[in-house]
Amino acid sequence: MKFKKILPQFLTLLFIVLVFGFFTMNAQINMDNRGIEFGFGFLSQEASFDIQFSLIDYDGSRSYARAYLVGLLNTLLVSFIGIILCTILGVIIGVARLSPNYLINKTASFYVEFFRNVPLLLQIFFWYFAALRALPMPEDAPLIFGSSYMTIKGLYTVAPVWNNFDVFFIALIIALIVIFFFNKFAKRKQEEEGKQYPKFLISLGIFIVIPALTFIVGGVDLSWSFPELKQLAKTSFTYEGGLGIPPELIALTLALTLYTATFIAENVRAGIQGVGKGQKEAAASIGLTPSQVLKLIIMPQALRIIIPPTTNQYLNLTKNSSLAAAIAYPDLVLVFAGTAMMQTGRAIEIVAITMATYLTISLTISAFMNWYNKRIAIQEK
Amino acid sequence: MFKYLKQLTSLVAMVAVLFTFTTETMAAKKSKTLKNTQKKGFVRCGVSQGLPGFSNADAAGNWTGVDVDVCRAVAAAVLGDANKVKFTPLSAKERFTALTSGEIDILSRNTTWTLSRDADIGLTFVGVNFYDGQGFMVRKSSGITSTSQFKNGISACTNIGTTTELNMRDFFNSKGISYTPVAFEKADEVVAAYDAGRCDTYTTDKSGLAAQRTKMSNPDEHIVLPETISKEPLGPVVRQGDSVWEDIVRWSLNTMIEAEEYGVTSANADSMKTSDNPQIKRLVGAEGEMGAAFGLDNEWNLRIIKQVGNYGESYKRNIADTGILPDRGPNELWTKGGILYVPPSR
Repeated sequence: MKFKKILPQFLTLLFIVLVFGFFTMNAQINMDNRGIEFGFGFLSQEASFDIQFSLIDYDGSRSYARAYLVGLLNTLLVSFIGIILCTILGVIIGVARLSPNYLINKTASFYVEFFRNVPLLLQIFFWYFAALRALPMPEDAPLIFGSSYMTIKGLYTVAPVWNNFDVFFIALIIALIVIFFFNKFAKRKQEEEGKQYPKFLISLGIFIVIPALTFIVGGVDLSWSFPELKQLAKTSFTYEGGLGIPPELIALTLALTLYTATFIAENVRAGIQGVGKGQKEAAASIGLTPSQVLKLIIMPQALRIIIPPTTNQYLNLTKNSSLAAAIAYPDLVLVFAGTAMMQTGRAIEIVAITMATYLTISLTISAFMNWYNKRIAIQEK
Repeated sequence: MFKYLKQLTSLVAMVAVLFTFTTETMAAKKSKTLKNTQKKGFVRCGVSQGLPGFSNADAAGNWTGVDVDVCRAVAAAVLGDANKVKFTPLSAKERFTALTSGEIDILSRNTTWTLSRDADIGLTFVGVNFYDGQGFMVRKSSGITSTSQFKNGISACTNIGTTTELNMRDFFNSKGISYTPVAFEKADEVVAAYDAGRCDTYTTDKSGLAAQRTKMSNPDEHIVLPETISKEPLGPVVRQGDSVWEDIVRWSLNTMIEAEEYGVTSANADSMKTSDNPQIKRLVGAEGEMGAAFGLDNEWNLRIIKQVGNYGESYKRNIADTGILPDRGPNELWTKGGILYVPPSR
């Protein structure tokens, strides 16, 4: 009986191992025939190409491994910003879809139908090239908010210049730890004595006061660096100083956000509509305020419906960010599976590393969302 | 009884081993790639995704260009018809993988011959069909007339996956200029971004700059700076490990260049058969056994000249008459002050 159960599984496993074995062997033989060696030694070689935009210290004299890290961080950056923005926009649009106001309702549904039905690559090209053509040259750019310039070469804005940033950073962490323990304490008080603290306000206070103290006693100092126009040639200008954000990052973030937000909006709408009307009425009948109804009754139930499909959208956004290569945003695919692959000729190794990286990122997001999903799931007591 | 059987088996085994050796040497003469090409009936050729003058397809899907002509020459030599070529457009990133994986048999795609490419990735370069060098294009209105006027903070648009990226870094580093590279996957996007004003300069091979300039919204607004910052000998590439095929491609290219040297053109090739010059007679298959070593007939080179033309004809048709680079520069014959020089066909 047990044997019968195991046999099909064993055969499937054997089949998979054989298929993989065959492909590995085949690749090995072909590579041997063509005199290509397999190995990861190239990662420590000098990359000798520069990258437009990097979060860490990098130039061409660093190794391919470092270039990989630059690409990875750029991918994570655009995914991170994209996920946050598309969540915010998605929730707003999703709620707007349910609005009784005809104009808001129709605008939101027009937005959803338009952006989710146009291929993403096309949208990326649109935002990039449309924006490039519409934006002014650096010398013609108007000053925005007294500090920034939006130009064809990117957004130039003020950059913070820190003194003793590490002290400030430690203070931030301490503040977070204090907030964590305060919330635990407040919860216990409420359970034991029914006493309620204004948790949010006190937390915010801690978050501001502790880091602010470091300016007075910790020697932390903050000044701002403003971008300044610099002439390169007769009609060619750029900005120096401050913080420069390349138009590629802006266009990519915009396209990914607008596209993914449509799917999240639909998830949010489905989630809210999935909570029975009776729940709301019952909550109101026991005297909860409308904001309490939303926070304590509707949202916890809606989230259970919203989270799993939204996880998919987060994964999609991260993977879609690889379209960056089309518009010169130096993400993992452009830098590593593009330039580095070309310069080294190590197609198999590099594609394998890139695939493993995306898999790891996706599984990490997935694991986090599953953990969150479990936390908000109905707890049987 | 068993004793004899044992001897018999060892005899059979020996004969078998000998037999495999002989067939091996026979097969080596006739290359595997050649055999496959003749069986398929077309040459599989990797080209660019559209570089006027080198490899570019018109609206009807007909490929033209000096790189295209190398593949056509090989098709004329081994299949008897210069049109029996299947062209595969490849990005800079895909090209070597396509060749080493066996998807194409010749890569003729403005590819720079470098040591690491030749030695590292299972490729063999067979020659040079265009001597090029990397240059810079800027807007005329900028007033820049030389790379010495470049300043810190300049942004440069280019393609990924080419030697251009590496040369650019070497150049700016040696001048001590800080720059922003903006590298795109496809040439069309580089042109569009530079044209829109994203970058102060556009850098690639000078032939490429001249060709891409024709695609700009207003070509007259841009100039190519005089400096050349690198050597870019462009040429066809084959897979490592098939020396006969390698020779066929090499000598197909050499035949075109030598034909120009001796004044043999597509128009007069047939009449040259009765020439007094034995060198010319060898070039049109009227003397010697020049094809036998490749496993080809004796008129393989005549067909190349008749169907594709000599190098000068190809250059004129594709690059000079289209206004891309009317001046041949280094790509002139060594007898006329250029550096085109090929070993003799004999």
